Amino acid sequence: MVSARSNPSSPVVGPAIDAVAVKVLISGGFGVGKTTLVSAVSEIVPLRTEELITELSDGVDDVSGIEDKTTTTVAMDFGRITINPELVLYLFGTPGQDRFWFMWDELARGALGAIVLVDTRRLDACFAAIDYFERRELPFVVGVNCFDGTQLYDVDEIRAALAIDSFIPVILCDARERESTKELLVKLMAHVMATARLAESVPAQQARSSAAT
Amino acid sequence: MASRDEVWFDDAAGPLVRPYALTRGRTRENQYGLDLVTLVVSVQPEVHERVVEPEYADVLWVCEHPLSIAEVAAKIDLPLCVVKVMLADLIERNYVIYRTGWQPVRNAPDMDTMQKVLDGIRSL
Repeated sequence: MVSARSNPSSPVVGPAIDAVAVKVLISGGFGVGKTTLVSAVSEIVPLRTEELITELSDGVDDVSGIEDKTTTTVAMDFGRITINPELVLYLFGTPGQDRFWFMWDELARGALGAIVLVDTRRLDACFAAIDYFERRELPFVVGVNCFDGTQLYDVDEIRAALAIDSFIPVILCDARERESTKELLVKLMAHVMATARLAESVPAQQARSSAAT
Repeated sequence: MASRDEVWFDDAAGPLVRPYALTRGRTRENQYGLDLVTLVVSVQPEVHERVVEPEYADVLWVCEHPLSIAEVAAKIDLPLCVVKVMLADLIERNYVIYRTGWQPVRNAPDMDTMQKVLDGIRSL
């Protein structure tokens, strides 16, 4: 196979082909600021990718039924941070509609973790995302988007309202601000690593306890 | 039968070429395990564009430099599933090479990669 680059002298924009590509998910209800958050740190203007779902109608072979067969488009906005030519991080906003679970599965596969963005005026909009990540055991942190720079509730009240475990970080943030979004990502990665270390130590503990009995 | 006096204009008529027509009806790629962050790059697009359909040539040029499949799909404005099938065809013909995104092994998290991501975000 001839694998020489067509133009090796041109500047490489973005990752190298042998780069490791990782992703994190940005989740939360419609209008909570997912794409705003992505654009705050992405090196590219957020792109939109679409997936088609054809929902079957009754009588597939009946031509007159075609107008009842709906093709739904699920859109995801995403951004990119090239950490270095060997490592590139993608930030994917999950589709706002909770019913597109199959798309969530593709997004979550191989993801390092997730940020669940929360608007305290519409707290219930994020419940589906939290349930999903808990069920999939994907590490996540909660970012509470402070839209007008203030927040009526403190972190403990929000944590209680969301009924999440005490080890899951809840962070007040402003999704428009680059520094605030960076802090969210740093806290997410720290949480991802802490969760991974815990998972590593659990089998060792189990082995010790089973050896003791 | 569909009514013959019904006329569809512009967007109502759907895309000029139905997306799945490009892939001859195939909607799923599972040969190479391509996903959203699989990186792809075309090999000599100026040579291979001459022997593929125009839509495939567009794909070759879009990934002239390494790009994720999500970016390829966004830039050529076709659904992901269609782009994956097209890329699998191009990979099969050695016109595109690919690198699968990082997949965690459940019992052996890659701490080194995670630390690099963390350091990278900190230094942004």
